[in-house]
Amino acid sequence: MELMLASALGVVTAAGVYLLLQARTFSVVLGLSLLSYAANVFIFVMGRLAVGAPPVIDAATTRYSDPLPQALVLTAIVIGFGMTAFLVGLAVRAHHETGTDHVDGGETHGGDERVRQVSQ
Amino acid sequence: MNHLVVLPAVLPALTAAALLLLGRNRPAAARALSLAATAALLAVAAALLWQAAGGTQQVYVLGDWPAPFGIVLVADRLSTLLVALTSLVGFAALTYAVQGWDARGEHFHPLFQLQLMGLNGAFLTGDLFNLFVFFEVMLIASYCLLLHGLGAPRLRAAVHYVSINLAGSAVFLIAVSLLYSVTGTLNMAHLAERVSVLSAADLVLAHAAGLLLLGVFAVKGALFPLYFWLPGAYASASAPVAALFSIMTKVGVYAIVRVFTLVFGDGIETTADLVRPWILPAALATLGLAAIGALAAQRLSGLVSYLTVGSVGSMLIATALGSPAGLSAALYYLVHSTLAIAALFLLADVLARQRGAAADSLRPGPAIPQSTLLGIAFLVAAATVAGLPPFSGFIGKLMILQSAQGTSAVVWVWATVLGASFVSVLACARAGSLLMWTVSTQASAPRAAPARSAEWLPFVVLLACGTLLVAYAAPVQRYTAATAAQVVERDRYIAAVLGAARDRAPRPLPPGGRR
Repeated sequence: MELMLASALGVVTAAGVYLLLQARTFSVVLGLSLLSYAANVFIFVMGRLAVGAPPVIDAATTRYSDPLPQALVLTAIVIGFGMTAFLVGLAVRAHHETGTDHVDGGETHGGDERVRQVSQ
Repeated sequence: MNHLVVLPAVLPALTAAALLLLGRNRPAAARALSLAATAALLAVAAALLWQAAGGTQQVYVLGDWPAPFGIVLVADRLSTLLVALTSLVGFAALTYAVQGWDARGEHFHPLFQLQLMGLNGAFLTGDLFNLFVFFEVMLIASYCLLLHGLGAPRLRAAVHYVSINLAGSAVFLIAVSLLYSVTGTLNMAHLAERVSVLSAADLVLAHAAGLLLLGVFAVKGALFPLYFWLPGAYASASAPVAALFSIMTKVGVYAIVRVFTLVFGDGIETTADLVRPWILPAALATLGLAAIGALAAQRLSGLVSYLTVGSVGSMLIATALGSPAGLSAALYYLVHSTLAIAALFLLADVLARQRGAAADSLRPGPAIPQSTLLGIAFLVAAATVAGLPPFSGFIGKLMILQSAQGTSAVVWVWATVLGASFVSVLACARAGSLLMWTVSTQASAPRAAPARSAEWLPFVVLLACGTLLVAYAAPVQRYTAATAAQVVERDRYIAAVLGAARDRAPRPLPPGGRR
């Protein structure tokens, strides 16, 4: 399970970083989402992997899973979700105002022919 | 327990909620409430500063959960100094904003209060994850404030600013959870204890987490090579927002000082010198490149943004020297540069309005109606930031240079600080002469209304504080030296946070446990 989680985290993070480095706001949003997913799973895993163990103190058991990372990851998910929603709104607004979805608000060199300029 | 400690975070939060309830139909009431709350915050911060001046480290245990398990707020000299500075700059920025800027968009006042809450909380908290949460509170408010007034340049800058900070937040989470996995705690005092007794294998992970944290704080504090977001964002923000943002880079500096003296401090053999070899060259490069950026700036607000980057570089150079004298110099410089840069951001806006279409671009424009008053104000503020005597910047730079004496880096520090100061003086002189003296005959701007007397209030407040920093330089220097000494004394901080909890016996679990 360790190998699976570690490699999955690595792949998701790498994909997130790759998308983050693209020049279109949509890719950047996706990249940041993937990066925050990877961070969230990473927090969860940092409480050690335990299967079928309760996070709440119980007289009958001696094995526990760590409840704190679970609480942390909830906080992180909520914050990350809010931020991603804000960034999506921002990207849409920037597209309306500048007429392009390039992260710099305009094509700097060469340019992509597929970019649709907003007609007057 | 002294409830005053929690007020700098709670008061703005409640005010923001009240302001939202007030709605947007009563702008006068919103202004009055926002101003009154910020004035009250200033009083609270002053009281806290007064209480901490004696050297006590007040620990506020939120929800009465004992220290390593619950979240604590710690009000020591460093925290209260920064809270007081935040309130002061916030108050000055707000008195400027109520002259008209706040009406150019929605929800300015609630966002402003939330930003103050995030800043104050980040300075006061003694818990690493809570620091992340307050960072996010501060950032989400700053995203919206940056967009205040809208327009394509602001949207463009905001996309960059939000993206880099979201990436930074993800790295922050990874670093915090990595540190938790090896130490099993998030309380900074407890972390400091645990990091010193880690096994060799865990220590490697703790080092990785520490360096990741340095990366995150370098993004927030705008340290080379992670400062490229700052000039665009600050230069396009509206003036009162940019003035408030002048304290926001200092959160990164504060976090670097706090975490890397407490958790990865010099007192611990295994983690000493973890980050210092990285910070000093990065800070020197930041200062040098910021001076070049200032010289190349096309607009006054861009110039001031680069001066902000340079001030972070100066502070971190002094911090990285590793001596209490260096830390003391950094703190003096922090107070001085925040006040002076906030004043310059506001001044740039007054100038821009009086120049009509030429705005604050550094090219010849129409004559300025109030050129004498504005010229003197600009001269004082620019000379303060550039570090010319007799202003506070001179004393700050002198302290940095003195603290570098006798260290191995003295040549680099002196060369960079003096060279960057010279280039900053050139940049400010060029900007001032272009804005004030070079009048273009073609540009016939509509005669702008002169600034009202109320608009001068924030400058008077900020520049008066700068003057006090010079007039009372010796007491202020003694205070920053005492603050630096307290920051370096890790054991007292740990004892203050954890000692109270250890005296108290843990409460026994109810029989049979919880079901």
